[in-house]
This record gives sequence, C-alpha cells and structure tokens, in this order.
Amino acid sequence: MTGKRISSPEELEQLRKRILSKRGSNKLIVSICTMSVCGQSRGSVDVCGRFKEEIRRVGLEDKVDIKETGCQGFCEREPVVIIFPEGIYYVNVKPDDVPEIISTTLAKGKLVERLLYTDPVTGEKGAKESDIPFYKNQMRIVFGNNRHINPTDINDYIALGGYSALSKALFQMTPEQVLEEIKKSNLRGRGGGGFPTGIKWETTKNAPGKRKYVIVNCDEGDPGAYMDRSLMEGNPHAILEGLIIGAYAMGSHEGFIYVRQEYPIAYENTIQAIKQAEEYGFLGENVLGSGFDFEVDVHCGAGAFVSGESTALMSAIEGKVGEPKMKYIHTAVSGIKGNPSCLNNVETWANVPLIINKGAGWFNSIGTDRSKGTKIFSLVGKVNNTGLVEVPMGMTLRRLIYDIGGGIPNGKKFKAVQTGGPSGGVIPEQYLDTPIDFDELTKLGSMMGSGGMVVMDENTCMVDTARYFVSFCCEESCGKCIPCREGLRTLREILTDICEGKGQEGDIEAIEDIAKAMQDASLCALGTTAANPAFTTLKYFREEYEAHIKEKRCPAKVCKALTSYYIDPEKCTACMICFKNCPTEAIHGGKGIIHWIEQEKCIKCNTCFEVCPPRFSAVRRISGEPLPLTPAPGTKVIREKRR
Amino acid sequence: MVSRTKSPKPTKVSTTVSKVIRNYQQDKDKLIQILLYLQSTLGWLSREVLTEVSEQLQVPITQVYQIASYYKAFSLMPRGRHIIKVCLGTACQVRGSPRLLDTISAMLNLKPCETSEDMRFTLETVNCLGCCAMGPVVVVDETYHTKPSPSDLRKLFESAK
Amino acid sequence: MTVTLQIDGKEVKAREGMTILEAAKEAGVEIPKLCYHEKLKPYGACRICSVEVERKGRARIVASCGYPVEQGLVVRTRSPRIDRIRKTLIELIAPTTMVDGEVVGEIKKLAKEYGANIHRFESRFRAKPTRCILCGQCVRYCDEVIGEHAIGFVGRGIERRAVFFPEKAKACLTCQACFDLCPTGKIPSETDFVVFDGFSIDDYLAGEL
Ligand SMILES: Cc1cc2nc3c(=O)[nH]c(=O)nc-3n(C[C@H](O)[C@H](O)[C@H](O)COP(=O)(O)O)c2cc1C
Ligand code: SF4
Ligand code: FES
Ligand code: FES
Repeated sequence: MTGKRISSPEELEQLRKRILSKRGSNKLIVSICTMSVCGQSRGSVDVCGRFKEEIRRVGLEDKVDIKETGCQGFCEREPVVIIFPEGIYYVNVKPDDVPEIISTTLAKGKLVERLLYTDPVTGEKGAKESDIPFYKNQMRIVFGNNRHINPTDINDYIALGGYSALSKALFQMTPEQVLEEIKKSNLRGRGGGGFPTGIKWETTKNAPGKRKYVIVNCDEGDPGAYMDRSLMEGNPHAILEGLIIGAYAMGSHEGFIYVRQEYPIAYENTIQAIKQAEEYGFLGENVLGSGFDFEVDVHCGAGAFVSGESTALMSAIEGKVGEPKMKYIHTAVSGIKGNPSCLNNVETWANVPLIINKGAGWFNSIGTDRSKGTKIFSLVGKVNNTGLVEVPMGMTLRRLIYDIGGGIPNGKKFKAVQTGGPSGGVIPEQYLDTPIDFDELTKLGSMMGSGGMVVMDENTCMVDTARYFVSFCCEESCGKCIPCREGLRTLREILTDICEGKGQEGDIEAIEDIAKAMQDASLCALGTTAANPAFTTLKYFREEYEAHIKEKRCPAKVCKALTSYYIDPEKCTACMICFKNCPTEAIHGGKGIIHWIEQEKCIKCNTCFEVCPPRFSAVRRISGEPLPLTPAPGTKVIREKRR
Repeated sequence: MVSRTKSPKPTKVSTTVSKVIRNYQQDKDKLIQILLYLQSTLGWLSREVLTEVSEQLQVPITQVYQIASYYKAFSLMPRGRHIIKVCLGTACQVRGSPRLLDTISAMLNLKPCETSEDMRFTLETVNCLGCCAMGPVVVVDETYHTKPSPSDLRKLFESAK
Repeated sequence: MTVTLQIDGKEVKAREGMTILEAAKEAGVEIPKLCYHEKLKPYGACRICSVEVERKGRARIVASCGYPVEQGLVVRTRSPRIDRIRKTLIELIAPTTMVDGEVVGEIKKLAKEYGANIHRFESRFRAKPTRCILCGQCVRYCDEVIGEHAIGFVGRGIERRAVFFPEKAKACLTCQACFDLCPTGKIPSETDFVVFDGFSIDDYLAGEL
C-alpha cells in the first residue's frame, strides 16, 4: 500500500508521465460503455467480450487497447463503439459485427459503413463523433472525459490530468484563495435550486464548530434524469477531487457521499474510487504530503425522493428516517449532528477541479449573465436522440431539442418540454427560444432543476401529466406536514376525477387554492414546489382542463376513461397483428375477416394502436364523440391487403 | 440470485442480526445501512428481524419501523421468487410504461405490490432507474429489459419457474 | 441577549433563541397551533402557525413555532394571505377528522374563525378517515418526554400513519399522557387503554390501515 502513496506534487507529475509513457501514444483505443446500466442492458458487455477475444485471436494486443467506460451519453444507440484517436463512431454494434470492425477499421483504417450513425432527419451518415449533430452542438467539459476513463482505474483519471487541481489547491493556494476562486467563478448549485456555491462554502467555513462536513448529493430522485448516475459511475474521481478541494477550502476533514440505492454500479465504483484514492494518498492523513487530512464515507440511500432534500439527507446519514426538518438555521451552519455541513450536488462538485485548474475567468466566459458554465441534461421522452447532453448555459431550448435532440419522432408535433422534475413545470412551444438559465426558466414557472428534460409530443395529455407528477409526490413526500400531504392527496383526487371525466365546476379554482397554500406553507421545498406541474399546465393549457371538465373530452386522447379504441372497417385489412397482440383478447375477427374491438374487454393499453402498421392506420382513438358502429361479426375485408 | 429464507428459526435470526450489526461496529448511525444489508440477504424484513435489530442496536422499535416502512427498498412482506419491476419514472411514463404495467398486470394477474399465491412473482413499480433514454424499462430479477414487447415478456415469465 | 421585533404593529422584546410563537405568546398575541407543545422540540408539521415575516423589505411566510426571533423583524400574524392559508389547511384536514359530519375541538374553533367550509373537499376524500392529522404530539411526547416509544410513525406520503406497538404499550396502562394531547380526540376515544385496537403496528402490517 505504501508503495503507491504519492507524497508531493512532483511525485504526482512523475506518476502521470509514467502512466502516459507506458501506454504509448500510437495505440488505437476502442472505447465501449460497459460500466453503465444503459450499455449493459443493450449487450455492450458481450460486444466488449467479443472484442477482447478477437483482438487476442488476431494478435493485435499491442496495437489496440480496450477501454471499458461508464456512460458516454448517447444511450439510445448503445452499444456504441468509439475508436480513438480519430473518434470513429459505430452505433448499435452487435457481437457479430466485431470481426468486421477489427479487420476493416482496426487493421486497415477503413470504415464499416453500415454501422455508422445515420441522422434520422437528414439521412446523412457521420463517420466521427464530431460529425454527429448530437455531439457537435454540445460542450462537454464535465461529462466528456467519461469516454476516456475506466472508472475502476484511477490511473485513467490521473493520465488525463486528474488530481492536478487538488495538488494546485493544496500547494499553491490557501483555503481562502480556493474559496475566493469558487466565489468568483459564480458557480451555482446543479442540484436544483441554483444556490451560489461559493456563498454556501463561505457560510460553512465561517460557521463556528470544529467538526465540519462536506457531502455529495447523489440521490438523484428526479424521475427521468440520470446525469448524476452517469458522472458518479463513469468518473467518480472527478467528484472526489472536487470534494477534497472543497473540504480543504472549508476546513472540513470528514465527508460523505450519499448514493441512491437504485444505482448499484455508482455505489460500487464510488467505493472502489475511494479505496484507490486512499492508496494513492489523495485521501486519509496528510493528503499528498500537504499536512491536510480528509476522510470520506459512503452512505447508501434506500429509495425515497424526499431524502435528497438537505435536512432529510443529513438525518439519514445520522441513521434516522430521511424526512425534512425545519431549517430556519441553514444546514451549512447546523447540519449533521448540529455541525456545519455543506451539501452539493454531484455535478457541482465535478465542476470544482475544472475551475481550480482553468480559473474563474475561464468559467465565467461560458454561459449567461447570471448562469455560468455548462449544464448536463438528460434529454428524454419523445425526442429522436435521447441521452445525456452537456451544453453551455444560454443555449435555447429549441436548439437543444431540435439541433441536438433531432426533434420529435414520427413526424409528431412538439407540445411541451418538462424541466425540473416533480418540482418543475411544462414549457410550451411559444417559449422554445428561451435561453437555458436558472432565472429564465424560473420566470416561466418551471425551473432548471437537476437537469431532467422530458420532451412531450401531441399525444401527451397535460392534465394527465399534472396528475402523474402529483401522484408521484403523494407517494414520495414524507407526509409530515399538512399542506403537502393533504394538499397532494386532494389534488390527486381532483386531477384523477378530471382525467376520468368526473371533473366538476369549480375544480380549477380548487386546484389553484390548494396549490397556493402548498406553495406558501409547506415545510420543505418538495411541498412548496409540488404544485408547479399543476400550476404550469393550468397556465399554458387551461383549455385542455376545460375540455376534460366541460366536454368530457381528452384532446390528446390519452385519458382512458374518455377515450375508446376503434378499428376502421374501411381501413382494416385483417392482417391479424392487433388481434394477436391484444393482451386481453378483446379483438375479434380472423383471416380475411374485419377485426373489431369488444369494448367491455378493452383495457385501453394502446397496443393495437401501436402495432397497426402505419400503411393501414386502421386503429383510431376516439374521445368526446360517439363511437361509430362496428361491422357485424364475420364481415369480410373491404380493403385488400397490398402486397 | 439472492437467497430468500422464508421463516428462519428464532435463534438464527438473532445470530444473523448480531453478525451484521457487528460488521457495522454496533454504530447506530448505520441503522439504514444495516437494514439494507438485511433486506438484501433475507429478501424481506420480518417483525422478528426488526425487533432483534431494535434490541441489539439499542434503538427504539419505533425508529426501526419508521425507517423500514418509509423507504421503498424495504419490504415488510415476503416477496416472490421473481421480482418484476416496472419503471413509472417520467421518461418511461411518457413512452407508455403505465400501459406496459397494465399489460404485465393482466398477464400475471397481479396488481402492483402484489405477490402471487404460489410465491412465484412479485410485481413492483419503481420511479426511475436511471435508464431513461431507453424506456420503458422493466427489470426482471435484476436484468434490465428495455422496450420489451408483450411476447418477449410472455416468454420471460413462462421461463421463470 | 434580548432583541426587539414588531408583532402585529406592537414593539416586542424577546430573548434570543426564542421562537416567534413564544415571543408572541409572552406579548399576549395568540397564534393558532396544532402541533406545537411547550415541552417538545419544534416540529413544524401543521403549518397553522404560519405567519408573514418581513426582513429588509422582503416578506415571506414561515412557521412561527420554529422561526427564531431576530432584531428588527416585522411579523404579521394575521393578513389576508395568512388567513387564506389557515382556511385552506382546515378545509383540507376536515374530512379526515370528521366525526358524524362535524369537526371537533380546536379544529372546530379554527374553522369558525377562518370561515373554512369543512365540506369543501369531502367528496374528494376517498381514504379511510383516520381521525389523525399526524401532528405527532403523541409520538414525540412518548419519545422526548416519557422515553417509552410506544407509539411511532410508519409509512410515508399520504400513507403515513401513527401506530402503537403493543409490546411497549404496557406502560400506557398507567401513563396515558398522550390522551390529552391529541387535538382530534382520537386516542382517548379509540383506545381501550391497553389494547390499541385498530391502530397498532400489527394492523398496519396486516394492511388494515
Ligand atoms: C424533495 C427534494 C429532493 C431533492 N433531491 C435532490 C437530489 O436528488 N440531488 C441533489 O443534488 N439535490 C437534490 N435536492 C436539492 C438539495 O436539497 C440541495 O439543495 C442540493 O443538493 C444542494 O446542492 P447544490 O447547491 O450543489 O445544488 C432536492 C431537494 C428537494 C426539496
Ligand atoms: S413539504 Fe411534504 S415532503 Fe416536505 S416536509 Fe412537508 S410533507 Fe414532508
Ligand atoms: S424514467 Fe424509467 S428509467 Fe428513468
Ligand atoms: S404549530 Fe407550528 S407547524 Fe404546527
């Protein structure tokens, strides 16, 4: 163990040089995401295994290195294989494609055309990462290293200059200078609130008390977001380095990393990273020979969205139930066991080494007036390119969704984008040119949040969306305070009634009254923001609420109680596809006989609508109008199947 | 697969618990971590186990139960041999996971949170597994399935004994 | 150290570390409360005690039972905004606490004072009425003052409940301290002293709560 310990900045530099020279600069590197659930669920481990096997078989071991990495961002196209130094980019690779990649690309430097990425909109192919619109328009200063790093090998991080910011902070800067640099950078918290990080650090630094804690919040409870998972899984040392720098600035010697239980790989990689950092002397007593001591422990969450709230998270670390407390004295002053405790989000910490290395001036050159740097979003939902994207603050929502995301699939119309998770709101089309910025999004009634960005198309019902988020909070709140618990319970019933066609006169006013009381009087930020989805959908899509309440019609044809499925006899070719796929056998008919749906049996699962081939489009959804008559059982097809 | 003991003998419970607590240095701050460990080895947290934890770690039974009933990771009921989790997170929701849940629910004849009488399946829902780009996501015994078709699922369930 | 603040237009002196609610009480201003108890740590669950505070020209709403007094703080314990909050909160808890179509005790008083329509959300209340508003006075008193831990919280969100632990309830036979604390009268009326029929941990585990 002592053999690996680094005890001065010079030794760290020497180690870095040794790692680089041992690797040689002219090796090809095949980078595959095998350390992330997205890659794994698509079979990237098998692809990687095949690479190893084939490379050994053809004897290319000393020309090619395989880099097993965490999430690289373009999860939708996994398994992805990137070949460096050129950055040749293959998507949806199967194990059987591997021999061809080896013989064509690795051996001869030629491309395997069929594995290249094809733009769904323009149909153009891109050979390299830098040709692909999804990547071209990003700015990956925080997230970009993931594809060069095996998260279980600290040497990979060191090779890229890792821990040099820590060394700089410890040996060339005083704690006050580090704090000053972070303050000058105007870094704001990435966990949702956008609180200025430097000010929080200063509060903890100046708060009385010998024991101080620094904490990483990797609870990431926002459903639909996974930036923190990918960073923690894919580049844990960057977060650790940020945390140690912060601890040094604030005079803390103990830290915690709170990882949610749903992220087993992130948990494993964090533990591994801590172990390696201890071995190398980045953690423990006398960090890098500077005389500064720092230890860190990992706390595994147990599944509760509200546990990501600062007081709740700190209670959980104390072994108590993770529910919020009143915090009129800030946790930065009185947190874990009454000691000053500074909690920051994963992405916030990951920005710290960059700022220390490149300076606050550099950081300030990116972004808008009041929001600096970049932000990672999880771009998901009804958008062509889904995945993690990192963009400079100030980019418009439109560019993000259309230039990077490639727009809405299947020619559908954009309806709204939901940001900020259960605390945020929906943003409709007319605000798509809003720049991404903490304050701008708040002005629209939504918020930046932690970075979830769920795109919704015309087939999304806004009342149902509000109902979804409210139900989410009903289950995920702690249930301690009255406005939040009873407010959510009642809101959920009202919204469910509206979705089921049982809305009443006065419901909209009731929603507004309850939402106001929740906003004003709830104990924690979950409750004060939980009505935002209802507020914003009401603000921008009031007519949809009214259609449900007054006409008993769901304009998006989503709400089950207000929608029926119907097979158009003029269009049905009796192809049997829906017939076979219906889970409840509600579809009748047969070969050459027009299909029809027995309404009593139909559970409105939408399967028939989805499987009916687009060239027939015989399944229709009907809302707010009477159902047309079904043909008599046994009617022969009217429309012939075109072959 | 994690082994699941159905109803362990009383003596065994206390020794299992005391071993785990010792591993965590008898540290009360680690209560949640201790319960997580017990949950993953035993499959569920019985009244007996929780009472043991309370007595051995010397934390009030009310605190132990508050935690065990608060978090989604804990189960206060025995669960089936195969755990099926359907993600209802926002991204999966937008891509049709509630309908997928209905389909699965109809196939297994189980409502969410229910376990079949023969202890074969437990159907659960989760709010986001961080696989949002590929939803809807269904996890069957720790294996992630992205956008599974009804026939894929039927095959999967049939092969799960 | 004393600080001077203004409550409803009155200059009030208070000791540092006191909460607004305590300072107001000493000054003879009564703020309504459902979860506060002088022997217990501030909890902040009922939010009925919400007041408006103004500092450096910025107004916000805080729970007076937890907010510490500050020099120069301006406090309003009644205002249209505060009254509306209290009205809505009472309307929201009324359905679960109703006994024979009426609310009781303190809640009844508050409903009258703030003009709450206790039937407003009745048709939307589809859970089993528990007659419990989860103020936690019983739970916290048993924990913080008695040290017996015979009653605790389980579940979360709208499924949160307060339940008795029969194995601990032997002490209840002589104690019964929580009987008088309960603002809805649930505990004395639904408990036959040692057998906590209907709301014990075993009822909860059997899925009956
Ligand atoms: C209900 C709720 C859930 C939260 N969940 C998270 C979370 O999962 N991750 C996170 O970083 N912050 C979360 N926060 C915000 C934290 O309370 C805290 O503000 C944040 O971690 C501070 O870090 P930052 O300043 O770097 O953003 C949550 C807040 C609330 C109210
Ligand atoms: S606002 Fe909701 S989550 Fe926050 S303390 Fe109140 S009940 Fe709990
Ligand atoms: S929403 Fe289903 S995995 Fe995130
Ligand atoms: S008395 Fe202050 S919140 Fe209940």
